[in-house]
Amino acid sequence: MKKALLASAIAAVAGTGAFAQEDPINVGIIFGFTGPIESLTPPMADSAELAMNEVNEAGGILGGRMLEPVRADSTCIDSSAATAAAERLVTGDGVAAIVGADCSGVTGAVLANVAVPNGVVMISPSATSPALSAAEDNDLFFRTAPSDARQGEVLANILNDRGVSEVAVTYTNNDYGKGLADSFAQSFEELGGTITLSAPHEDGKADYSAEIGALSSAGGEVLAVFGYADQGGKGVIQSAIDTGAFDTFMMGDGMFADTLMNDLGQYMEGSFGAVPWTQGEGTEAFAEVAGAAGINPDSTFTRESYDAAALIALAMAAAGTTDANEWKGSVMDVANAPGEEILPGQLGRALEILAEGGDVDYVGATNVELVGPGEAAGTYREYTVEASDYETVQFR
Amino acid sequence: MDLVNALVALLNFVVIPATAYGAQLALGALGVTLIYGILRFSNFAHGDTMAFGAMATILVTWVLQGAGISFGPLPTALLALPVGIVAAAALLLATDKVVYRFYRRQRVTPVILVIVSMGVMFIYNGLVRFIIGPDDQSFGDGARFIINARQFRDMTGLSEPLAFKTSQGITIVTAVIVVAILFWFLNHTRTGKSMRAFSDNEDLALLSGINPDRVVKITWIIVAALATVAGVLYGLDKSFHPFTYFQLLLPVFAAAIVGGLGSPLGAIVGGFVIAYSEVTVTYAFKKVANYVLPENLEIDSLAQLLSTDYKFAVSFAILVIVLLFRPTGLFRGKAV
Repeated sequence: MKKALLASAIAAVAGTGAFAQEDPINVGIIFGFTGPIESLTPPMADSAELAMNEVNEAGGILGGRMLEPVRADSTCIDSSAATAAAERLVTGDGVAAIVGADCSGVTGAVLANVAVPNGVVMISPSATSPALSAAEDNDLFFRTAPSDARQGEVLANILNDRGVSEVAVTYTNNDYGKGLADSFAQSFEELGGTITLSAPHEDGKADYSAEIGALSSAGGEVLAVFGYADQGGKGVIQSAIDTGAFDTFMMGDGMFADTLMNDLGQYMEGSFGAVPWTQGEGTEAFAEVAGAAGINPDSTFTRESYDAAALIALAMAAAGTTDANEWKGSVMDVANAPGEEILPGQLGRALEILAEGGDVDYVGATNVELVGPGEAAGTYREYTVEASDYETVQFR
Repeated sequence: MDLVNALVALLNFVVIPATAYGAQLALGALGVTLIYGILRFSNFAHGDTMAFGAMATILVTWVLQGAGISFGPLPTALLALPVGIVAAAALLLATDKVVYRFYRRQRVTPVILVIVSMGVMFIYNGLVRFIIGPDDQSFGDGARFIINARQFRDMTGLSEPLAFKTSQGITIVTAVIVVAILFWFLNHTRTGKSMRAFSDNEDLALLSGINPDRVVKITWIIVAALATVAGVLYGLDKSFHPFTYFQLLLPVFAAAIVGGLGSPLGAIVGGFVIAYSEVTVTYAFKKVANYVLPENLEIDSLAQLLSTDYKFAVSFAILVIVLLFRPTGLFRGKAV
């Protein structure tokens, strides 16, 4: 009875026409299921689908239409493959929105080549390159992860507070790594620090002794690693530890992974870093919801993925249409105040409020607060490696 | 003292890593070069054969570790190696029977076999991920270092560390043993000689009564052994990650071509040429130079010939130069 009431209430808001349509709304999920971050993406996709399931269990949106996730492979590194996959999502599956992409480079490519020309909204949970803030996006692009411009600042402050003035930097050679290294260098030099050498490394390569040789020769108290934990970043750290070139490392968000601690944690005592983090009710609620669905809530970017999918559903419900040009404006409305605060697991409640014409402030798993061109403001957790585990120092 | 420091820095950051990496490339390139010499095509599936062999070895290693069996200070994976080789050989022989033999009977041009091997590569690629997953796996145990960086510093009082990993030591020793056995086999046994005859001139070899099926079979078995050994050594030294084996294909082919495709000795030299050039050309000699130079001449610049960005450009530049001036490679292999 409640469901029927709800459905008719939504239909009343959504207007005529929507009522007759019972076919599902396809939502694309484009992550790198193969490639450098293939071990991170399955829990991310599961989290996005978790949010969609929750919406479906609450009776769907726009008069009982269900959300139907369609996965595609961004490969993380190959822009042409990602573009082709996204093109297929839009033209073949007719997706109304895209959760993704994941890595910054392919996200920029998909945005410019597919999303903007076809008028499809993209919400990326993990593309953090500062360059995307300025991308030509017709307001179609949002991200639930903060830009790396902010992360660079945070990392520079951490070093400054620890009294470190000389560092060597190595970054993964892509938009993410370069963007983070640049924003870090800018902030760190403003604080009076010196970067002895900033050397890129390629992911998935056989050997990093050349990079470590050069970095060690350049010197520095700490080696800053802006890479991926299951890729080059780990290779570089391993090589640095093995040769005794560096003992202490500072790590960017891509390096946050339990596997790194299991394999190398014992040699990294005293190393530190930062990772986008949230605490509080939303995070706990997500841990509960995700745990019940068998997803590891602490895996990288799972929270952001859940939020990205939830925002898509809520924004469509708020605008009462799947036409991107009309609902793209609702994303900021549902994400920010005013309105009733919505935590993970309460999407059904949010849909009810929207159906009644009320306002929601989606808090989600990451305290979503979209600023500027539609990106998360971001809180970072500063951690230190102690006894092969991440120990929180503070939140910044 | 400064001279010793300079020497240690050079050993630690250039000589030891480049030698271990070179040995791994050499073992990979030997497999590629054998297939090219005897079956006459460039086998793109070689990187993933290495991954498969390493994966089989890892699975057996886990069983052994679970049963509490270890190999003292050496990694348990060495005990599991023979099983890995058998698994890889079974896979390669099955692939040959189902795929390559069909094309060989049709006497297709080598370029078609190359494309076929790419298809096989993707299947192996998927197979490995299907069985063990796309994640990083670590399976090394035993003593990690022969010489530990910090201990060395404390012991000698030098300011430069020196590290020599067990896996690097094993890599170099195993490579030497494997290469010695392979050369003895090719030069001194009947089967080895028949393989060389088959490689030099297929028609003449057939006329003198050499059984081609047998030669092909033995080639695949040797290649499986080489690939598994290379894959396991690489996994022990770095870590096992299916994606990196796929990427390893490029330097392995560069090594085989620089040395001369079809020439086993060339493959070994090629592996070291590629490894050393990647490391030395991009090494920043600042530290070493400042130890050697008198104080008033100390340099501030990094003294780096090329930034590490160009690491891969270096190996390919060498490849291009060799192909331009000696198209058959350093050791007169077959023209590509």
